[in-house]
Amino acid sequence: MTQTRRQFVGNGLAVAAAFFGLPHIANAATLEEAINAFTGGASTASEGITLIAPEIAENGNTVPIEVDAPGAAAIMLVAAGNPNPDVCTVNFGPAAGSQMVSTRVRLAGEQEVIAIARMPDGSFKQARQNVRVTIGGCGG
Amino acid sequence: MAENVVPRVRVPRDAKAGDSVSVRTLISHPMESGMRRGSDGNLVPRQIINRFTCAFNGEMVIDVEIHPGVATNPYFQFDAKVNQSGSFDFTWYDDDGSVYTETAEIAVA
Repeated sequence: MTQTRRQFVGNGLAVAAAFFGLPHIANAATLEEAINAFTGGASTASEGITLIAPEIAENGNTVPIEVDAPGAAAIMLVAAGNPNPDVCTVNFGPAAGSQMVSTRVRLAGEQEVIAIARMPDGSFKQARQNVRVTIGGCGG
Repeated sequence: MAENVVPRVRVPRDAKAGDSVSVRTLISHPMESGMRRGSDGNLVPRQIINRFTCAFNGEMVIDVEIHPGVATNPYFQFDAKVNQSGSFDFTWYDDDGSVYTETAEIAVA
């Protein structure tokens, strides 16, 4: 079968779209957007922040996460592999006893959990941990 | 309004002035993420608690912006510095505009 040039170009575009996968692009973009919205694109140091998460989570619907960032003004939690990577942003007030928070999150599957702390001087610190999930959360 | 929303908080009964006390909070809420399909195959509309705040004697302890990535029955544990006796005010804001509140007293020696 011979192809017209128009068909050839159309097929090429379809293959390219399938290869790069629109949802994949969207996910990477939203992850970057979510982080940039918090950091404004600033670089992050990796010391002075502790992220405690299980290496293997039995149930992705509720995964316990603890973040400790002494002196931070705010901490943002991001789940890199979720359809909507935002998890929560914690702002600490003057009556906070320490800059620690512990909560439970949903994880759609094996992925990296990222915690970013904003310090009062405007610098940022980041910690990452990979979590394997046996049963994913987020319905499906 | 989501059904059976019950806030629960736990703070120590007493503490020494200047101490940092651990505060645990939980509110029973389905936290419908808006991405799940119901038995009829349609997406269940999103309804989550989108903000949680805690203040001690009017001074902010934490203010959390919440997205659908937080699990059902959102739980938060954190530390608060107490210099004098007083009360904690906890507030949860629902997507549908409902506001749930809870208070807890602490005696500081």
